[in-house]
Amino acid sequence: MEVVGQLQKQYVDFITSLFREAYLDDQYVQLQKLQDDSNPEFVVEVVSIFFEDSEKLLNDLASSLLVSISLFWVFILCLRPSLLLMVVLFFLLFLFQLYSQQQVVDFKKVDGYVHQFKGSSSSVGAQRVKNACVTLRNFCEEKNLDGCSRYLNLVKQEFYLVKNKLETLLRMEQQILQAGGTVPLLEQVPLLWKQ
Amino acid sequence: MGGVASETQFHVLAVDDSLIDRKLIERLLKTSSYQVTVVDSGAKALEFLGLIEDDSIDSNSNSTRRNRHEVEVNLIITDYCMPGITGYDLLIKIKESTSLKDVPVVIMSSENDPSRINNCLERGAEDFFLKPVQQSDVNKLRPHLLRGKP
Repeated sequence: MEVVGQLQKQYVDFITSLFREAYLDDQYVQLQKLQDDSNPEFVVEVVSIFFEDSEKLLNDLASSLLVSISLFWVFILCLRPSLLLMVVLFFLLFLFQLYSQQQVVDFKKVDGYVHQFKGSSSSVGAQRVKNACVTLRNFCEEKNLDGCSRYLNLVKQEFYLVKNKLETLLRMEQQILQAGGTVPLLEQVPLLWKQ
Repeated sequence: MGGVASETQFHVLAVDDSLIDRKLIERLLKTSSYQVTVVDSGAKALEFLGLIEDDSIDSNSNSTRRNRHEVEVNLIITDYCMPGITGYDLLIKIKESTSLKDVPVVIMSSENDPSRINNCLERGAEDFFLKPVQQSDVNKLRPHLLRGKP
């Protein structure tokens, strides 16, 4: 069927580009190989778990990197100091907050979350996410809060990118199946793009 | 979870705190036609194996006492990094147990740490798989399992 042929070609082109741009790696192909008639939804199930898990991890990461000592601010306001005193106190508190954030953030906890994220992205074949996690972990080890915050944003970005790509990919697979065709399997990720 | 008891079917216990990795290892093991039980913690693994520590039992008889059902397990494959009882702790406890010390234990880890690997192998692990675990890794389990069966 011409329609199936076209859909299959579009699919192959798309998934090939995902490998080339390192959104996905060989592990994704391994997942596809584990899918068969007895487990026809395996890839969708694993990818869905990945999406859910990741959203939760991203939230946990964001909140663990955030140090809230806003109560201090409320306390100061309650003291009703003069304007000058308030400015001085706010300034001192601002400096203190900058300093204490370094001490108060539980980098070990953050590292734990990143380790989990690195693991799950690696298991699904989300290579760029995994790589971003590796760098983020290095910042955690150095207790570099600024680095951590920056890389968390990158990890988040990469996750949403790959989520988008995977959703498209799975949709294309569905279309092929609905049109009565089979999903072409890339036997092996071309060596050029193997990291 | 097949209810049919087959003499030739091996039973593998898989332990991992990551849901994705549990799904993966379960699928990998099932494609090799193993009967699989998956648990999400070292504590649950000990419970399943009947190795829960009982304060009322003195240390001498601890190893011969196994609770409730004595399920036969032919191989245990466990993640290294887990909260609470780690895969390493699990390995130690199994090797210390008179009834289970001969059951092959395989460790999985995302970290390629030579000292960690050596440590596990020295403590009696049969093999060490780097995550993500592949079909080729699971294929390596068969010789370990066949050795155990009479």
